[in-house]
Amino acid sequence: MRIKLEARPEPSRLMGWMSPVIAALATLVVGFALFSGLGKNPFEAFQVFFVKPVETLYGFGELLLKATPLTLCAVGLAAGYRANVWNIGAEGQLTLGAICGGGVALAFPESSSAWILPSMIVAGALGGMAWAAIPAWLRTRFNANEILVSLMLVYVAGLLLSLLVHGAWRDPEGFNFPQSKMFADVALLANLLPQTRLHVGFLIALAVVAAGWIFMSKSLMGFQMRVAGLAPAAANYAGISASRTVWAGMLIGGATAGLAGVCEVAGPIGQLLPSVSPGYGFAAIIVAFVGRLHPLGILLASLLMSLLYLGGESAQMALALPSAVTGLFQGTLLFFLLAADVLINYRVKIVRAAPVPVIRPAPG
Amino acid sequence: MEHFATLVALTLAAGTPLVFAALGELVVEKSGVLNLGVEGMMLTGAVVSFIVAANTGHPWIGVLAGMAAAAALSIAFAVLALSLMANQVATGLALSLFGVGLSAFIGLPYVSIVIEGIKPLDIAGLSDLPMVGKMLFAHSPFVYLSLLLFAGVHYFLQRTRAGLIVRAVGESPSSAHAIGYPVVRIRYLAVMFGGACAGLGGAYMAVAYTPLWTEGMTAGRGWIALALVVFATWKPWRVVAGAYLFGGVTLAQFQAQALGATLPSQVLSMLPYIATIVVLALISRDATAIRLNAPASLGKPYHPES
Repeated sequence: MRIKLEARPEPSRLMGWMSPVIAALATLVVGFALFSGLGKNPFEAFQVFFVKPVETLYGFGELLLKATPLTLCAVGLAAGYRANVWNIGAEGQLTLGAICGGGVALAFPESSSAWILPSMIVAGALGGMAWAAIPAWLRTRFNANEILVSLMLVYVAGLLLSLLVHGAWRDPEGFNFPQSKMFADVALLANLLPQTRLHVGFLIALAVVAAGWIFMSKSLMGFQMRVAGLAPAAANYAGISASRTVWAGMLIGGATAGLAGVCEVAGPIGQLLPSVSPGYGFAAIIVAFVGRLHPLGILLASLLMSLLYLGGESAQMALALPSAVTGLFQGTLLFFLLAADVLINYRVKIVRAAPVPVIRPAPG
Repeated sequence: MEHFATLVALTLAAGTPLVFAALGELVVEKSGVLNLGVEGMMLTGAVVSFIVAANTGHPWIGVLAGMAAAAALSIAFAVLALSLMANQVATGLALSLFGVGLSAFIGLPYVSIVIEGIKPLDIAGLSDLPMVGKMLFAHSPFVYLSLLLFAGVHYFLQRTRAGLIVRAVGESPSSAHAIGYPVVRIRYLAVMFGGACAGLGGAYMAVAYTPLWTEGMTAGRGWIALALVVFATWKPWRVVAGAYLFGGVTLAQFQAQALGATLPSQVLSMLPYIATIVVLALISRDATAIRLNAPASLGKPYHPES
């Protein structure tokens, strides 16, 4: 008896949506084993991890707050991934969004103009796009692999931010801490829900989800990008420009990641710090896949991922578990998702070992 | 001149993790598989080797454990990408993200612990020779090991039958399958070799080069190793040359400070990453050379029954 994979005549839509659920359940099983192995009561641990963080209104606000940058980054990445444009540098584009948006806020510290915030948001999106334009240009002009270039730029962006907050943009009254001045009130995103930290950035994320859905499903450009991803040869034959696809995929990802960055610094952070993201840009890669590269799916997946972040913090406080457990769960989730995705194109068949007639070639 | 000898020694030491990881990935890619999980495997190798070294007091046992752990992690990649035919790019990314998370999690109690690392050679008489001693006989044992690995990989791929089979599997898996080679099994072995090499590179950093464990200590070297394989147009000797070049670039910040340069440290720290991007663009510009040298079926899943 052995297990065999048998190709389905066509991909299963049902499995496409079930696979994230299977992956989430499998991750829970691993979590159960992990907590037990660490000598914690797994039921108590699950309660601390998944229920406690969202029991209060404040916790619910945190859930949506952390889902905001994840959703923003992941929708943009998904547009690229559908076209086989592998931008994995959203973390760096987010950082540039924070730098450019924050730069506008710091340039007008005394201003009370209502134009400050919109300018910051535009600057943030442009900053992310500019950072994403580097891999796009190197890919289309020099054939350089966009995966490696976009990732290298994550490190460069982090160092650039560090350079600014340690140097030119350091708060002169900040007791020499590497941080900028606090932004003026007009440079901060308004609160959305009293007694929480939830801010208007969440609405921006919802708008991006809607815009992303229209772009991917209803626009010609979105259709062309999907064709380029599914069948590059057909796309080429149909006259869809490969380099235009790369540019679009990269710039959309950069713009939304830049938005995420500016929403973080104009939202919960309120100033520039040496680090403005606990890896949202990387977690968004997982969110994009778990959400099936579909904006609505991404919104749901980002809530799950946000819960993993909150659960990690909660577990650190209540169970003295390192919050790094979040990263472990994120990676496990993506692994299981990729494994479960096999069921979209194949069905598992258990083959009983039947006596197979052996045909031997005639001797000689 | 003594300064020059020190510089050579430092460059070799800094380039060695890249030599290990990139040579491993080279063999993986020669078999037609693209494993983007090098960074995750390096970190896993680093953290496991450090933990085992700290607990047993034997750094070399740690190195072996780190290699085994990274190879075990690479099997997870192989199951998904080779047996289940998952997208190799996505699976490799998953491996890197998982390795980063795993190493941060299990390494947490070991941050800021100091261990007795593996010291550079000190051969009585030889290592003390002026100039030559420092340049030839006073490196970390890992430096010699990495050169041995280079010689081995070069010989294996160019001169042995098994190496020819690996290359055939990377060029045309269906032809290799048709003449009776177990394509998937060969690719599994190549991926595990790559995992062990990445683990060795990480272990070297954790138990010899620094020797300590900090979260994310490889700082993108796994990704630079991936880029190196492309720079080298899949040729082992160019991988080694490229690794030392980048080792030299990572040293630039210490050198510049020694020479009294006033550039901020962050700008100097950016250099290896920017250099990677620039060189990658320059080499990739020649699309024909890349196409001719890259294994023809790189990154494409192969299922013998379909």
